[in-house]
Amino acid sequence: MSAAWLARFSGGAWRRIFVLLALLLAVLLAAPWIVNDYLLTVLIVILYSAFTGQAWNIMMGFAGQLSLGHALYAGLGAYVAAVLFVDFGIGPWLGFLAAVPAAAACGAIIGFLAFRFGVAGVYFAILTIAFAEFARIGFDHIAAVNASAGLFLPVRQVAHNDVWHLRGDPTMFYYVILAATVVAFILCRLLLESRLGYFWRAIREDEEAARAAGVPTFRCKMYAVMISAALTSFAGVFYAFFYNNLFPEQVFNIGRSIEMILGPIIGGIGTLFGPILGAFVLTGLAESLNSIMAAFGLSMPGATQVFYGVCLLVVIVALPEGVWPPLARRLGLFKEWP
Amino acid sequence: MTALLSLQQISKRFRGLVAVDGVSFDVQQGEVYAVIGPNGAGKTTLFNMIAGALKPDQGGIVFDGKPIQNLSPDVVCRRGIARTFQLVRPFPALSVEDNVLVGALLHRHGIGEARERAQALLRRFDLFDRRRHPASALTLPDRKRLEVIRALATEPKLLLLDEVVAGLRPTEVDRLVAVLRELNRDSGLTILMIEHVMRAVMALAARVLVLDHGVAIAEGTPDQVVRDPAVVQSYLGAEAV
Repeated sequence: MSAAWLARFSGGAWRRIFVLLALLLAVLLAAPWIVNDYLLTVLIVILYSAFTGQAWNIMMGFAGQLSLGHALYAGLGAYVAAVLFVDFGIGPWLGFLAAVPAAAACGAIIGFLAFRFGVAGVYFAILTIAFAEFARIGFDHIAAVNASAGLFLPVRQVAHNDVWHLRGDPTMFYYVILAATVVAFILCRLLLESRLGYFWRAIREDEEAARAAGVPTFRCKMYAVMISAALTSFAGVFYAFFYNNLFPEQVFNIGRSIEMILGPIIGGIGTLFGPILGAFVLTGLAESLNSIMAAFGLSMPGATQVFYGVCLLVVIVALPEGVWPPLARRLGLFKEWP
Repeated sequence: MTALLSLQQISKRFRGLVAVDGVSFDVQQGEVYAVIGPNGAGKTTLFNMIAGALKPDQGGIVFDGKPIQNLSPDVVCRRGIARTFQLVRPFPALSVEDNVLVGALLHRHGIGEARERAQALLRRFDLFDRRRHPASALTLPDRKRLEVIRALATEPKLLLLDEVVAGLRPTEVDRLVAVLRELNRDSGLTILMIEHVMRAVMALAARVLVLDHGVAIAEGTPDQVVRDPAVVQSYLGAEAV
């Protein structure tokens, strides 16, 4: 390790970053003792969204490949783990090990078709939607997974939280998704600062120029899709064991894909904090809105979606880079921490 | 001297239009070779075929003893041919240093090691002070220089320069020419350049090929070709004599 490297880590901005991260983590670790059950569930939804946003961001934010069909990978992960559990009694963590190659292989097929035959930009995005829709309609007709009637995971009362089988109270699920979000954050940080990460950013900025500089663009884009898909599949496994029911119409719905990308867009595409911040802002505000409306006895179905639309509009007009980059500049962090 | 790059009867058609028509030439190891010609003569098409961005319809390209006409641009770069673009294409949102770093990572796997190499190049080309700026914030001359540095970071045996001094003021042209000449002299870098600015061609090139309507009409030293009647007729114009 060179002196320059050490100097980077001991700089003022780095200290502020670590203080900020430690504070955030401390608050999140303490949250189950502070908040009530309802707020804990909201926090689970927020962290779930932060995790999936982080995974999606690898493709779009790092490598510049727009996927609008990420529900496919989450849904696959959910179904693989659920079927293994229901039919063979195999636990979710082993199920996740099976879900990873399934999702990565699916991502590889889509990536190969697109990148080999020059499907790029919006056409690539449409291809990802198409595959998610294939899965939705396909799973609706697969009898082995109960088709459109849905797959239900057996729910049993447990005296103690069983992390190995993901059976337990919301607090356990909260810590599982918090740990996953932390792991995803660290993984993304390592990826972004790796050789592959720099090649991804070069491709995002100008693919032809990247190729001319020797970047093996096909291989790098394949890695982006496969890593992003594999990571997203964990969210699916979590989803299956948290909600205990799966319907193709729900898990593969294009709405799920859109929800995954809203957080990073609002927080800041291509940044590490963006997906997390976006999840807090979006889900936090939407839940507050719901609570306020409930307090006034108002019931308006679809109000959340309208709210998402307004948020997106405000961010695109007022903060085109997302919320995090201007905030990071104000905190004096941006140079060192993207 | 042996030929580092050899083009053998290269042709490229776009629909009916023949952009490059049976062009052959050799670039010797350690040489600065220039291709000149009027707009639409097929210079950039020729370049794109060497760099792997376009496949020739006919003919072969041999680099370092091996055919390269069917390789993709990233593989061509890995073999040792780095290029710049006529309209500069730095990675706009990346810092100047990270732009060069991407090139340096081609043959280096450690980020720290590649970053040191990038910084050394930036120092040599007077862009070190601006290394933290996003590439989009640079002036045109600086972006042109950055493009050359990024190409050099891949450690090429042959550097392809596509109108690298076009749009620069004469003093900036002289500065870049001096740097390129130094590179050629000190590290024996072979350079193939497309150029409109005769000032740069005369100062740098050992030999010049003149293209007109996709056909090579003259080859020789700069002094020879500027006196060639066919070249004067088609490209330089009578007043240049």
